Amino acid sequence: MSQSNAPDMNVDLLKRHDRSLLRRLMLTQEMWIAIAIVVLGLAVSMISGKFATSGNLMNVLQNACFIGLMALGMTPVLISGGIDISVGSILGLSGVTLGILLNAGAPLPVGIFGTLFVGLVFGGLNGAVITLAKLPPFIVTLATLSIGRSLALVVSDNQVFYEFGTATESILALGGGYTLGVPNVVYALVVFVIVLHCLLTMTRWGRYIFAIGGNESAARLAGISVDAIKISAYAFSGLMAAVSAIFLVGWLGAVTNAIGTGYELQTIASTVIGGASLTGGFGTALGAAIGAILIEVIRNALLIAGVNPFWQGTFVGGFILAAVLLERIRSLRR
Amino acid sequence: MSKLASLEKIVMEFGAIRALDGVSIDINRGEVLGLMGDNGAGKSTLVKTIAGNFQPTSGRYVFEDQEVRLSGPADARRHGIEVVYQDLALCNNLTAAANVFLGREPMRQVGPFRVLDKKLMNTRSAEIFQELKSETRPADLVDRMSGGQRQAVAIARTRLSNSKLVLMDEPTAAISVRQVAEVLALIRRMKEQGLSVILISHRMPDVFDVCDRVVVMRRGRKVADKRIDQSSPEEVTGLITGAIQAA
Repeated sequence: MSQSNAPDMNVDLLKRHDRSLLRRLMLTQEMWIAIAIVVLGLAVSMISGKFATSGNLMNVLQNACFIGLMALGMTPVLISGGIDISVGSILGLSGVTLGILLNAGAPLPVGIFGTLFVGLVFGGLNGAVITLAKLPPFIVTLATLSIGRSLALVVSDNQVFYEFGTATESILALGGGYTLGVPNVVYALVVFVIVLHCLLTMTRWGRYIFAIGGNESAARLAGISVDAIKISAYAFSGLMAAVSAIFLVGWLGAVTNAIGTGYELQTIASTVIGGASLTGGFGTALGAAIGAILIEVIRNALLIAGVNPFWQGTFVGGFILAAVLLERIRSLRR
Repeated sequence: MSKLASLEKIVMEFGAIRALDGVSIDINRGEVLGLMGDNGAGKSTLVKTIAGNFQPTSGRYVFEDQEVRLSGPADARRHGIEVVYQDLALCNNLTAAANVFLGREPMRQVGPFRVLDKKLMNTRSAEIFQELKSETRPADLVDRMSGGQRQAVAIARTRLSNSKLVLMDEPTAAISVRQVAEVLALIRRMKEQGLSVILISHRMPDVFDVCDRVVVMRRGRKVADKRIDQSSPEEVTGLITGAIQAA
């Protein structure tokens, strides 16, 4: 438009940023986590030949994807300065919904639609209570964590669903199947990483998510409909839990009402390890996915190295602390 | 000097509390008006009334020869009234350009999608910073900026639209001496461009440096409204504390 008027001095300063691309890359948390994954992988490979087999690596990747999808949903919530600890229960409730629908003879698209609908609405209700009643997100989603799990028990009547009617084959193929040698859920994760990355960096919605996390009252003063954006973030988180539920149900081949219990911690851990700030304002789609992969690599590595699995939580917790410390050190250096 | 806006006998009550008690002020085009008063004198209430945050209990608010009842800050902005808030209302985690355009981002079409036009935001912000003679860089995070640069970002926000009146709430309260000079220079530049500025400040030297006129408030009333060259810091101090009743 008016580029010809752009003063030379400033254009020069704009360019300066591109030159240090490599240095900027080295400063990103994603890069550090990726390095940690590689180092960990190499170390375990030296201990045991079982780690670096294509079968095991695919398995690790697939396991990481279920949490990774939820971590993508968690990312905008954390960036906006909130938190959603009800995602495990949303996964449970929407997974049970899928089981009931398919068990009752619904075709797969109807089942998927119903599942996504439950996740979206549950998440949206989280957001609505948080914004309209002005309650802390932690407390609200702690309550709905309990409510969601209880509803899963109520609607399933404590049954296990493993008969999916006419959709049995297709749901098992979707969740547990491979395309071109790669698990289907991996494609889903890649697609959603790209979608969320574009949403966060190229749209007004993404810009406003960051703005709200940076300074909510400034966002309000700028005329942004803060409540609507926040509600949409929680709705997106619920939706991603439902997406994860569909693949997880297909992979497991059965739905119990305990499905997804405790997943909220791994989800939040993945997102934080991937560089999202628990105080809001920072986070990336790629980071959430890589964080989820790191956690799964740690779990798998410990198993293969013959470490008592009871230690897993300690290691994951250690990495969360390390990630937060790393973020602190990087922000000091800035 | 032609009149841009005027407040006539504005009363603002919050329950039993009368925060503004019949305040009348004229705001002229291209004038920097200093607004002074002790804490609780009604400065903030007055500014919020002008900015559309509050609707006065009674009185007339005339802007560009028309009586207005502003429904909120967005409505005020449509009239060309912009506020630079005391805490600057910036997002530290965003770039200068992102802050300048926050809430009114230009978009461009990429295939079926409308995406943020970051290049336009950067070049336009660079132009505005150039105009303001500020060394602020559009792609820098606000987090890393000095108080003066942050002030420039906040002021640049007002330069996007066709603003006519800029309200500045304590812009020099929390910054270093060198940066104060920078901010005062920014205010002069706005005045040169024909804008009216209302400067709310506790700092006597700043007001006497850049303002054309000073209004002093005490207990919800206007106790003085003088040209700056016909007043003195001593007189204004007396008016603020009540040692001088009115002037």
